[in-house]
Amino acid sequence: MGPLTYFGEISTEWNYVIALFIGMAFGYIMEASGFSSSRKLVGVFYGYDFAVLRVFVTATLVAIIGLLYMGYFGWIDYEVLFVHPTFVFSAAIGGIIMGFGFITGGFCPGTSLCAAAIGKIDGIVFTIALFVGIMVYSWIYPILEPWYNTGNLGHIKITEWLGVSEGWFVFGFAIIAVVLFYITNLIRKKIKPVHY
Amino acid sequence: MKFWEENKKHVYWNPYFGGFMLGLLLIATFYITGRGLGATGGTKSVVVATVETVAPKYAERSEYYGKYYDEEANPMNNWLMFETIGMLAGAFLSGALSGRAKFRIQHPKHIEPNKRLMWAAVGGLLFGIGSQFARGCTSGAALSGSAVLSLGGFITMFAIFGTAYVLAYFFRKLWLN
Repeated sequence: MGPLTYFGEISTEWNYVIALFIGMAFGYIMEASGFSSSRKLVGVFYGYDFAVLRVFVTATLVAIIGLLYMGYFGWIDYEVLFVHPTFVFSAAIGGIIMGFGFITGGFCPGTSLCAAAIGKIDGIVFTIALFVGIMVYSWIYPILEPWYNTGNLGHIKITEWLGVSEGWFVFGFAIIAVVLFYITNLIRKKIKPVHY
Repeated sequence: MKFWEENKKHVYWNPYFGGFMLGLLLIATFYITGRGLGATGGTKSVVVATVETVAPKYAERSEYYGKYYDEEANPMNNWLMFETIGMLAGAFLSGALSGRAKFRIQHPKHIEPNKRLMWAAVGGLLFGIGSQFARGCTSGAALSGSAVLSLGGFITMFAIFGTAYVLAYFFRKLWLN
């Protein structure tokens, strides 16, 4: 039963080898989906290319459904999976800062690594700046710390917060996704294509 | 051969196929490790390791690095480091197989290459700060968080994309002709 490392079925050394292969698959999938191109990525904000939205929403949906089913069938202990903790304030403000970064830089950290890997200088510059940004954060961390820890809701799930069952949430999410795919396709056809 | 490569250059995977594969990869990652994917975690490990090597006294005193100083043996940091190395290799493999791997600056025609690089630096800087504050970036917080229905993951996802949509109009000259 999974998670394999949690139940000690994989040793630490093999875990690192697996990390390498998982990373390779992650990088390969992103690059092959066109995420090494900033101009393709920002297309989602101007309506000429919705690849980011399609890949992101499809991946989220597939993962949510797959993990729920695996838990349901007893192949994975759903309760021990790491749920990203919710700190309302920092999650929102951090996201807003990243939104600024996305529209100005044209990448996010994962996609900039992919771009850097295939020789895009803008990706390399973004990645170096990412290092600097983390360093800057470490300098200002003492000032930000109180806000960093504000609004701690623990490892709360969106379904607990909304008060709906996981099944109904996924069902609703899937319908929203299909509608979103349909509407964005109509928008893309209306917008002047951008060649890059 | 050349024609074939030229033709393939801009042929990316069908986004639904890419999304499906990424979803399967997320499931496999959770099945094996109990956690999701990440992209800034590995970068942060490099920063922490660099600061500890260059300025060990500072790292020990600093509130931020002090947190990691004690957790030197934390295997999670190393896991993400190996994953990040894999990402670079995987992306290069995909790019090389499709004839996309070469040194260049991608920018709209009307934007000077240096201007593009300057804005890329601004974006990277902001993402570095934002991802640390939000405890994860688009991969670690938004994607992997949402995969297990984390409320914080959804908040971060909406904040990133919502902000970028709001600002898109003001930065349109950077991207559109």
